[in-house]
Amino acid sequence: MKVLLSWLQEFAPDIQGDPAELGETLTALGLAVEEMTITGEGIADIVVAKVLELGPHPDADKIQLVQVDAGDGQPRQVCCGAFNMNVGDLIPFAPVGSTMPNGMEIAERKMRGQMSNGMCCSATELDLGGDASGIMILNDQLDDVAVGQPLGEALGMAPDVLWDLEVNANRPDAMSVAGVARDLAAALDVPFTFPEHASVAEGSPIGEVASVEIVDPSLCGRFLARVFHNVKVGPSPAWLANRVTALGMRSISNVVDISNYVMLEHGQPCHTYDLDKVPNGVLKARRGYEGEDIVTLDGATRQLTTIDGVIADESDTAIGIAGVMGGESTEISDETTSVILEMAWWDPPSISRTVKRLNLPSEASMRNRRGADYGDGMDRATARFAQLMVQAGAVADVGEIDERGVTPDRTPVQVQPARVNALLGTTLSGLDMAQHLESIGFDVTVEGDELAVVIPTWRWDTATWTDIAEEIARMYGYENIIRTVPKGTQTGGLNEYQKARRLVRAALVGAGCDETQPMPFLAPGDLERCGLPADGITLSNPLVAEESVLRTSLLPGQLKGIAYNQSHRTGDVRFFEIGHVYKPSTTDQLLPDEHEALAVAISGAEASAAVEVLDVLADALGLPNVELRTSEIAGLHPTRSAEVVVAGRVRGAVGEVDPSVLQAYDIDGRVAWLELDLESTLNGPIGKRSYKPVSKYPSSDVDLAFVVPDGISALAVRKSIHKAGGKLLSDLSLFDVYRGKGVDDGFRSLTFHLRFQAPDRTLTDGEVGDARQRCIDAVAKAHKAQLRA
Amino acid sequence: MSRFQSLVDEAIAAIDSAADLSSLNELRPRLIGKKSNLAGASRSLGAMDPDERKVAGQELNECRNVVQTHLDARVDLLASEARKVQLEAERMDLTELVGGMRRGHYHLITQARDRLEDIFTGMGFTVAEGPEVETAWYNFEALNIPDWHPARGAFDTIFVNLGEPEEVMLRSHTSPVQIRTMESQKPPIYIVAPGRTFRTDAADATHLPAFNQIEGLVIDRGITFGDLAGTIDSFVKAFFGQEVNTRLRPSYFPFTEPSAEVDISRPDGSWLELAGCGMLHPNVLRNCGLDPDEWQGFAFGFGIDRLASMRYQLDDIRELVNSDVRFLSQF
Repeated sequence: MKVLLSWLQEFAPDIQGDPAELGETLTALGLAVEEMTITGEGIADIVVAKVLELGPHPDADKIQLVQVDAGDGQPRQVCCGAFNMNVGDLIPFAPVGSTMPNGMEIAERKMRGQMSNGMCCSATELDLGGDASGIMILNDQLDDVAVGQPLGEALGMAPDVLWDLEVNANRPDAMSVAGVARDLAAALDVPFTFPEHASVAEGSPIGEVASVEIVDPSLCGRFLARVFHNVKVGPSPAWLANRVTALGMRSISNVVDISNYVMLEHGQPCHTYDLDKVPNGVLKARRGYEGEDIVTLDGATRQLTTIDGVIADESDTAIGIAGVMGGESTEISDETTSVILEMAWWDPPSISRTVKRLNLPSEASMRNRRGADYGDGMDRATARFAQLMVQAGAVADVGEIDERGVTPDRTPVQVQPARVNALLGTTLSGLDMAQHLESIGFDVTVEGDELAVVIPTWRWDTATWTDIAEEIARMYGYENIIRTVPKGTQTGGLNEYQKARRLVRAALVGAGCDETQPMPFLAPGDLERCGLPADGITLSNPLVAEESVLRTSLLPGQLKGIAYNQSHRTGDVRFFEIGHVYKPSTTDQLLPDEHEALAVAISGAEASAAVEVLDVLADALGLPNVELRTSEIAGLHPTRSAEVVVAGRVRGAVGEVDPSVLQAYDIDGRVAWLELDLESTLNGPIGKRSYKPVSKYPSSDVDLAFVVPDGISALAVRKSIHKAGGKLLSDLSLFDVYRGKGVDDGFRSLTFHLRFQAPDRTLTDGEVGDARQRCIDAVAKAHKAQLRA
Repeated sequence: MSRFQSLVDEAIAAIDSAADLSSLNELRPRLIGKKSNLAGASRSLGAMDPDERKVAGQELNECRNVVQTHLDARVDLLASEARKVQLEAERMDLTELVGGMRRGHYHLITQARDRLEDIFTGMGFTVAEGPEVETAWYNFEALNIPDWHPARGAFDTIFVNLGEPEEVMLRSHTSPVQIRTMESQKPPIYIVAPGRTFRTDAADATHLPAFNQIEGLVIDRGITFGDLAGTIDSFVKAFFGQEVNTRLRPSYFPFTEPSAEVDISRPDGSWLELAGCGMLHPNVLRNCGLDPDEWQGFAFGFGIDRLASMRYQLDDIRELVNSDVRFLSQF
């Protein structure tokens, strides 16, 4: 909402002072100033001049010589590049020594040998918007202009302050100049009054030409109508057009501009009908019918439903969508001579639903959906409309139609000052509160310890004692409320899951991985490209098709990241990501099966790189009994991947990405991959560690190399050794894998390093020898594996 | 001149001529061992008369000491020379690094979020989380935003094709976590809810359709708007610095009343909009089964991405989701 200082002053002349300070006051009232502009200053030097003579420049085609009179009767020669003026036209003129709005100073100069003593101006050059193609012709727009008059005065544009305010959805009243003036006057403690706008009604009684019926009182709370004859549709006077355009609307015609002027001034949207196109002047306010349609002002045919409000004519045909947009059939045209004014109050939720359904936001519907004034404000707006119409030459019919439907309950709200203070943390008296409320038009009666508060008709948003408390706080000033902190004795902190997740990140960063956070949207086909089921949930209103599917896995996003880096030649990457994945629900619950997942992707690396990272993670988290179970996993390398099993439960997968998937993503080289369902992993058994004293006795080391068939995993051999070694086996590691000469095809040699040690004594050679043999026998028996000679 | 001087001279000459430690060690038995000339001379003392033997014995001891001392000195010298040679041979250019270890990097959003969590947990808050795909109840209705409400449009919600039209959506704020917490936990409640949120904002230098927010919720007995203002101010000072001030000005959110916008002061005296906040609307408490006559509370919320980009003056927040290692490895 934009407001002009001069307009505010029509309601509160004592609103004066530094514009920046006034802006701060508006902001503190909840009407945040988004932009402040000082208008009309730039044209202070510009005057109205008369074109006396036009003639060609002897040495230039694109310039002509213009003789003007700037008010002193002295003709001056000006060189001008525009050719749209005629002798006798009145134009804006910048004399020598003046400054243009853009800061340019006008000096005498020669153009192709001819003197130019000043500048004829276009509207654009004067920051007045509009046409840049020619000089502004003032006598086309203004009736009453004198040569030599300051242009600002001629246009009715004194220097002024324009504020662009952010008005919240709960402030229908502040969607008007009058409402902003009311707030600001209250904050500055200066008087606020509505000017009287009386006008003479000398037509016939309105009842003879028009009538209104509210068919659905829940839709239309009040319907005021006036009728005007002798209307001459044409341009608006400059002062009116200027104000309407200053506040951001286009000047269209006098009748439309007057409607908009009244709406901006009073916050009351209204609608005008060509009386001659409304049979017998009958208007009905009702709900739409299923299957009904209407051609609206913009020429579009729109289907109506039973939630919409409709204005219908005598034959029950829809001629307007109530509070949202008028119909084409009764539109004001240049030929219109008689007009019916509709000033109505519509049920805001009904308007909101229609605006949303038809996607028809407008200045009018925005005000109607917030709730206009159904009380005196409507009468004032109607009077103002009549006055401006009569001023424009129309004749008003006598009387008005004033039909009523259901309006909000305005039974006084009981407010306990103690309760308000307990909410705000203030110590205001009931009387203080009453004063704050009365300053913005609330009607307050002190009844013992309580306040009985009547909410004004222009505050549809306000209904409860907390709504009223907010108004008290606003007028008292948020900045005057003393700052405290809650007195509770809470202990904060992360929960176990969150702590473990931080540990995961720390371990992965320590393992050289960079954290990424790609967006969770996929393009259609991404999941298939990854070899995953195409069961991603789709968005109803995606911004772009490439972001229309929700990920079910972190794989597509990671591969996209790797491909991006490869295409930018940044080398191989080690990435990890922790983020939500969303799988379609397998039960009857509405929401997807959503959980937090972890992925590690290492480009240019084999599966073992991912297993190493898994080992680091398992150690950091204290994951018990981590096993790899060979398995074919969608999207992963069929012979280089395994399920990650933690304490008997599958928690994820590790290995490499399937080469054909990598090919589909144009990724060179291998990608090692680890993924875990982070939620179930971290919520499962983790961090269980027990202390085993470090033995003080000597240990005996034994290396054993077994020739093992390729089909038997190293882990299986390891398990057999572990079991056979028993308590004496204090450490076991695989330190060499060999394929080649001396080992048959289909086999490899696995060399394990075994350390035997007892916590309480030095082992004898015999004990070590026995243990060693048990291990050899166990492996041979379980895996048909021979000790390598 | 001792009668054993020639033995000493002979030994010293041998010691001096040894080129390295190993030849010296080989020499050692011949110089002072049992088979050395000095040992032989010692054995020959037995034939002398007692007085003579005593004198000669002393002389022989002195000679042995001279040889021993000379030998030790020579060992020390050769050892230190050998060490010098070895160390020089091991000389290394420590800047000749190829590849090598590299730590990874926390994402900028994680860094900002962790810092926020740390400050709020220090202020007595716990951290609550919830799903990103939500129902209209949690994202809107429980928050006092009925279907017709103009505020609904302002959220620019991304809906998903589940259930009835506009029934399921990507959460447009983390407020659903507040509702879920109130439903599952009895007051007093002191939580912050960080997480990803979504709006139909086309990606550009300052917008992303998926971004991050943190919201706070306090419900207790006797919580006031003054407590809200004080809590916000404490947080801002902890996060931005003691010199930064806060200003609350009236605003509107359907789920709070009174509602406020929080501005923070900038060094040039202007104000920067930071957060929205307010006292919890009684309807929200009622929707979660809490009695507004017994419990009062406040809520606040703001963007994490913006804090992260402010800290490093990012000129394009799309970098946050691009997975470009040249960006990620800077922080």
